[in-house]
Amino acid sequence: MSNTPLTPGVVPGRLAASALAENFSDIAPPLDRHEAQVAADRCYFCYDAPCTVACPTSIDIPLFIRQIATGTAEAAGRTILSQNILGGMCARVCPTETLCEEVCVRETAEGKPVEIGRLQRFATDVVMAKGGHPFARAAATGKRIAVVGAGPAGLSCAHRLAMLGHDVVLFDGRPKAGGLNEFGIAAYKAVEGFAQAEVDWLLHIGGIEVETGKRLGRDLTLEALKAEFDAVFLGIGLAGVNALRAEGEGRAQVRDAVDFIADLRQTADLGALAVGRDVVVIGGGMTAVDAAVQSKLLGAETVTIVYRRGADRMGASGYERELAASKGVRILTNATPIRVHGGDTVESVEFAYTEDGPGGLTLSSETFRLKADQVFKAIGQKLDGAPEALKIEGGKIATDAAGRTSVAGVWAGGDCALGGDDLTVTAVAQGRDAALDIHAALVG
Amino acid sequence: MADLSSNFVGIKSPNPFWLASAPPTDKEYNVRRAYEAGWGGVVWKTLGEAGPPIVNVNGPRYGAIWGADRRLLGLNNIELITDRPLEVNLREIKQVKRDYPDRALVVSLMVPCEEAAWKAILPLVEETGTDGVELNFGCPHGMSERGMGSAVGQVPEYIEMVTRWVKQNSRMPCIVKLTPNITDIRKPAEAAKRGGADAVSLINTINSITSVNLDSFSPEPSIDGKGAHGGYCGPAVKPIALSMVSEIARGEATRGLPISGIGGVTTWRDAAEFMALGAGNVQVCTAAMTYGFKVVQEMISGLSEYLDDKGIALSDLVGRAVPNVTDWQYLNLNYVTKARIDPASCIKCGRCYAACEDTSHQAILMKEGRVFEVDDSECVACNLCIDVCPVEGCITMEPLAKGATDPRTGAVVGDYANWTTHPNNPMARAAE
Ligand SMILES: Cc1cc2nc3c(=O)[nH]c(=O)nc-3n(C[C@H](O)[C@H](O)[C@H](O)COP(=O)(O)OP(=O)(O)OC[C@H]3O[C@@H](n4cnc5c(N)ncnc54)[C@H](O)[C@@H]3O)c2cc1C
Ligand SMILES: Cc1cc2nc3c(=O)[nH]c(=O)nc-3n(C[C@H](O)[C@H](O)[C@H](O)COP(=O)(O)O)c2cc1C
Ligand code: SF4
Repeated sequence: MSNTPLTPGVVPGRLAASALAENFSDIAPPLDRHEAQVAADRCYFCYDAPCTVACPTSIDIPLFIRQIATGTAEAAGRTILSQNILGGMCARVCPTETLCEEVCVRETAEGKPVEIGRLQRFATDVVMAKGGHPFARAAATGKRIAVVGAGPAGLSCAHRLAMLGHDVVLFDGRPKAGGLNEFGIAAYKAVEGFAQAEVDWLLHIGGIEVETGKRLGRDLTLEALKAEFDAVFLGIGLAGVNALRAEGEGRAQVRDAVDFIADLRQTADLGALAVGRDVVVIGGGMTAVDAAVQSKLLGAETVTIVYRRGADRMGASGYERELAASKGVRILTNATPIRVHGGDTVESVEFAYTEDGPGGLTLSSETFRLKADQVFKAIGQKLDGAPEALKIEGGKIATDAAGRTSVAGVWAGGDCALGGDDLTVTAVAQGRDAALDIHAALVG
Repeated sequence: MADLSSNFVGIKSPNPFWLASAPPTDKEYNVRRAYEAGWGGVVWKTLGEAGPPIVNVNGPRYGAIWGADRRLLGLNNIELITDRPLEVNLREIKQVKRDYPDRALVVSLMVPCEEAAWKAILPLVEETGTDGVELNFGCPHGMSERGMGSAVGQVPEYIEMVTRWVKQNSRMPCIVKLTPNITDIRKPAEAAKRGGADAVSLINTINSITSVNLDSFSPEPSIDGKGAHGGYCGPAVKPIALSMVSEIARGEATRGLPISGIGGVTTWRDAAEFMALGAGNVQVCTAAMTYGFKVVQEMISGLSEYLDDKGIALSDLVGRAVPNVTDWQYLNLNYVTKARIDPASCIKCGRCYAACEDTSHQAILMKEGRVFEVDDSECVACNLCIDVCPVEGCITMEPLAKGATDPRTGAVVGDYANWTTHPNNPMARAAE
């Protein structure tokens, strides 16, 4: 291996295999039994606990923590999974610092919440390590339901439907199930193939037939699905990406961050994955942080996130921004790209300073340039490929609280639906709730 | 630094912290190191008769109760008295006492309930130059099956008889160590006093089974699948010990009898509490077994700081709380308090609410935004909310001033009045 972080251009193997392994290891290693017991003891078993209220899937957090404290981690796992079948993934990827842990009374009291996420991981790991499946299916209803999209929303919906006794066919356009759990989440949050292991484990409920490589709009139509199945659930996420609308955007090595991350998640050898020496990431959300941090971990020399508004408006939480800073990522705010310079390939990006006023964003005439041999666009994903028959609202599939779309017999949830907030856990909640509503509509 | 030097029934020690008779004091090696670490005195591990030594089990002899993070809260043991030959112990005692003349060294004894046995051992002990003897009438396991230890301690007549033998057959100060495995602790203390004891020490360990293995169904500690009850000690037993000490300190027949306080002493504060309830000094076992001999240094510095802060001498502390220990019937029924929740320090966990709503008097209101407030017209002042609140000082008990009306009962707070004169008491005496 001759490349280093200083090698110009977009090249693989900037770091030795051992350094890559270290960089992409579990960011929050699991608690051992004793650590879990100690962490669990810090829970006050609050009345009408704020953490449970803050959890989009309403996991009974004090109860599961008490079950850990009393040495019954499996019961704890069931408490979690009965509300959130992807409790294992959520334990790894939820921004707990803005959900359950933010409202923990010990956060109020001492600035140090109970480690709910890590405890949840401890309990769900115990259940999954045991093998088998903790839930059984109800008597068959004879109803068949099509679930389109095998991301968190679709998986959660399919599982709950199967549990209630329905038969499910789960379609996904990609070659693998899992959605962004498999293709999007930062590698160090779900190590050792956890996303696929979790999908396999979830499918043990039975009654779910998975059909990958089946794309709605290409291989399937809503009309046909409606005709063949008793109900349809759409959990197709946000398959499109927003354009930068900066001059020169078409130059080589200007890519969508989500594609880069998907490649990273799918590669068998991180050492074979090319990354720039000077990487610029444009955007302010979780995707921007993940693309930036992982570029740095692959060995890029400089990585800069540029966000067009102030730090307080960034989608990435304080915790995520600190993580980025700790890995050596620089975050610039109040600047927006106006031009991508270079020949065939990008060489630098020119930014204008911005001001976020009451009338919206205004650009200053003053600009600056950042050297870049690779640029990642992380300025948001958008709905793409939603069937035309459906009413769209605010760029998402319009749904009511139960997930019903404008078309009878069709439900939607997760990122693609109104009310989704681009969190795994919300997608899980919406998938589950839509399943309950479908069940009520079909047999209730 | 306050002067901590102590004189307990004529036995002098540089501080009131003694190691109780137990493994920490079972041999010269330990006792020397304990003195070096700062312990004021030791009660040597209980000696038995001359002859073939006692045997212990060869499997585990301790069981434990833990809090989170494995903090040891209670310890249980099935160990017997010393299993080393009498001559070896006596030789070591003599040497240690010679080398540490300023430290207290008391020898614990347990021999059969026959005068000849006591007559035989006492001169041997006296010859070592030790400061006194402690009679182990407390050990609740093993030795009691052979008619010793708590088998004697549970029969006041035996206590009196043996104590008398000891006083008649030696000039040494005699401390009688009591078993808590009895219904009224005053009875054995009275018997000891009648027999001529210079002091009592308490408590020895409490009959206990710490846990049951739910796979093998053996009590723990398990000896080849079986367990026997052991003796319980450590922080968990302190409240029981404190109560027993106070009963002797204020008992009509035992008032003034010197007490060596034992049972769960872990910090200087525990020691100070025992002494306030009438103990002249304290003995420690589990804390030393858990943390090593060095714990005494915190006890010394803590007690000294406390006495300095209060501006009182150690002797002023002893017994200071005894006049405040009374019977329920004399408690002031016109002392009316109400819980107050400080919204500024409340962390909104709602534990007080759950406790009061589900198990007390529905006196806490949960308002918009998780604001918790006490409803004075329901609060009986039970204190449960304070006990379950995780924030020290967040909930307090505020007394109603004299003349105020208690919104719960509608009664006006009056002068001191207790049950003995209460109209609901059929035995009430007319107020004099
Ligand atoms: C880079 C990145 C990092 C993230 N990190 C976090 C994080 O750390 N924590 C967190 O909580 N959230 C995170 N999120 C958000 C989270 O991943 C999503 O909110 C969540 O995955 C949404 O689930 P979903 O099921 O609605 O959609 P997706 O996970 O997007 O799944 C949609 C599925 O539908 C399939 N599909 C799409 N269109 C069609 C079609 N026409 N026909 C058939 N199948 C189709 C897709 O192949 C995909 O499998 C992150 C997102 C990204 C992009
Ligand atoms: C392992 C062990 C052995 C003991 N052996 C004796 C003994 O031989 N003689 C005795 O009088 N007390 C014995 N005790 C009781 C202690 O001296 C002491 O009374 C009791 O442990 C309570 O004090 P603590 O709570 O500080 O441990 C023993 C205690 C333990 C834990
Ligand atoms: S003192 Fe007792 S009755 Fe009063 S508020 Fe507290 S818990 Fe309720």
